[in-house]
Amino acid sequence: MILNGEKVELKAGQTVYDFLCGLDYNINRIAVELNYEIIPREKFKEITLTEADVMEVVTFMGGG
Amino acid sequence: MDDKLIIGGHEFNSRFILGSGKFSLEMTDKVIKNGGVEMATLALRRANVGGSENILDYMPEGITLLPNTSGARNAEEAVRIARLARAIGCGDFVKIEVVHDSKYLLPDNYETVKATEILAKEGFIVMPYMYPDLNAARDMVNAGAAAVMPLAAPIGSNKGLSTRDFIKILVKEIDVPIIVDAGIGRPSQACEAMEMGVDAIMANTAVATASDVGLMATSFRLAIEAGRKAYLAGLGRVLEYKAEASSPLTGFLRD
Amino acid sequence: MIKVDRSFSHMEYVEGMEQTPHDIMDTVLKERAEYDYNKYTENDVRRALNKEFADVEDFKALLSPAAMPFLEEMAQKAKGITRRYFGNSVTMFTPLYIANYCENHCVYCGFNCYNKIKRAKLSMEEIETELKAIAATGLEDILILTGETRSKTSVEYIGEAVKLAAKYFKLVGIEVYPMNTDEYRYIHECGADYVCIYQETYNPDKYETLHLRGHKRIFPYRFNGQERALLGGMRLVSFAALLGLDDFRKDAFATGLHAYLIQKKYPHAEISFSPPRLRPIINDASVNPNDVHEPQLLQVMTAYRLFMPFAGITISTRERAGFRDNVIGICATKMSAGVSTGVGGHIGEEKGDEQFDISDPRSVEEVHQAITEHGCQPVYNDYVRV
Repeated sequence: MILNGEKVELKAGQTVYDFLCGLDYNINRIAVELNYEIIPREKFKEITLTEADVMEVVTFMGGG
Repeated sequence: MDDKLIIGGHEFNSRFILGSGKFSLEMTDKVIKNGGVEMATLALRRANVGGSENILDYMPEGITLLPNTSGARNAEEAVRIARLARAIGCGDFVKIEVVHDSKYLLPDNYETVKATEILAKEGFIVMPYMYPDLNAARDMVNAGAAAVMPLAAPIGSNKGLSTRDFIKILVKEIDVPIIVDAGIGRPSQACEAMEMGVDAIMANTAVATASDVGLMATSFRLAIEAGRKAYLAGLGRVLEYKAEASSPLTGFLRD
Repeated sequence: MIKVDRSFSHMEYVEGMEQTPHDIMDTVLKERAEYDYNKYTENDVRRALNKEFADVEDFKALLSPAAMPFLEEMAQKAKGITRRYFGNSVTMFTPLYIANYCENHCVYCGFNCYNKIKRAKLSMEEIETELKAIAATGLEDILILTGETRSKTSVEYIGEAVKLAAKYFKLVGIEVYPMNTDEYRYIHECGADYVCIYQETYNPDKYETLHLRGHKRIFPYRFNGQERALLGGMRLVSFAALLGLDDFRKDAFATGLHAYLIQKKYPHAEISFSPPRLRPIINDASVNPNDVHEPQLLQVMTAYRLFMPFAGITISTRERAGFRDNVIGICATKMSAGVSTGVGGHIGEEKGDEQFDISDPRSVEEVHQAITEHGCQPVYNDYVRV
């Protein structure tokens, strides 16, 4: 699948939650867009990813 | 004295809004404390893989976060960024910033109005960054803006109140808080803007590029407070020397 | 149609009256009640005079007794502002009374329903004859007036008169009873662009005691008239209190604030003031601090100018020629000429009696000359209707 514009390997049957934790993301510091739709944090464990998915993971940085 | 800044129903004692860019993360806390800052902006970016440092870990307790939509080139992108920022879970405030001019980085008022309308309807507390145009400001207020953030000069220029006369018009005509954003380079300029009656100052580059960042934050706090108090006090009258009119205008009055 | 009498609450609408939001009225009445003009000092007035734009607080100071010693400075400043916004032009117009039937009992008015005066209403033929006669003097701006009653002067009647007026004049205004938005829209489509409504006094308690009968008794409907006129598409609205009916400083303040808030809510609206006054009784031993003498009247007019630099100010023929000719250089931007306040009267006999006596009976030509002699430029119209 595509994560932040780059191709990444996906393990079969992974949920959004599993996938993000596997990459050491701090779940409480990010927002996730899956196929251009925002996924609320509560749904991370309910959604299973597929090879065709496009995901954006964003967080805050300093900025004016 | 009870002199609160109220934005979208939220009360603030501080009138210094800090832009958090260009600082080392370790300095963030000191700048916020020295500046008496209660609201700070943040930008959104793609999160790198791995548990890297996060600015949220450096923000003191109780600070109100104001995510901005920097990077947005039109209303649609601003709306997308704002929704993502809210999904991280730091409240409903958003600073709309739409720029599709890479040379001067001037905000696009028209697209900003459109984004304001959409986001205000979704319950955001919308604070649009704008070029100080009265008609656009009215449109933003009608669209649901909780404040307007006119620029003082091109962003990052530290040129001060280049748009003074137009900001004065906003102060006179617009009922939501006016927050001068962008271009303020010195505490004295922040002070002058506050004397004019604007409600708050946002600064970033001016603090971040000082030799002593912490001390400059203190200086801005004091300047903003001084300007605010001068405004509340009502500037003293200036006695002007006036020649006596050779023929008074009121000589015709009777009874 | 409901007959309104003293048993009606003056603050509640009656059937047929369109209700619009009260935001502006609530603010004006609250601010008027709280306006304590005696607390303003010389320094407050100086501060207001030093500013480029007077704000609401400055306006209060400029209307206070503390500003009286600064009348010359206010006049000097007002003159500069008037020049900046209007150049030296002064617009000339004339009122045409097409009827004087009235259902209202306003205790101070010559047209009130209990006064035994000669009542009349012009036919369309008579109106056209009057219009032609007035147009022949060169005037291009006309104000159509009636007494206030829908039964004798319906919206359709006024509309027909406006259509005729629009044939002969470039700018047509009306000063009739307040209407609903859709009625203003109709009158606008007939060719009128401005609406004058006098609130008389902004003190609701006093208003109640002065307006005993008729639809005018309903204070909020009258108050919101300008707003409905703008919603109906009118371009310009005019505001006035009859100074001297109640505390003139408070009423002048409320008039200015009303206009200010309307302009703020409807930024495209053009605003105009009229400052009519009840003349004090001369040689009255008991001097009333609320009497409006010429200096006080000029204070109000210059305060309006400093507070709303872009607003038109019309000077009434109730005032003498010497006063009118001088205030046009200072703050007034519009003056009537060739005035008759009786019904018709621009040719031959008046059909009905006058509303009030005028103090400046000069013809259009004489007023034109006086404007020129005072260094101003008479303008007949500066507007093209599209």
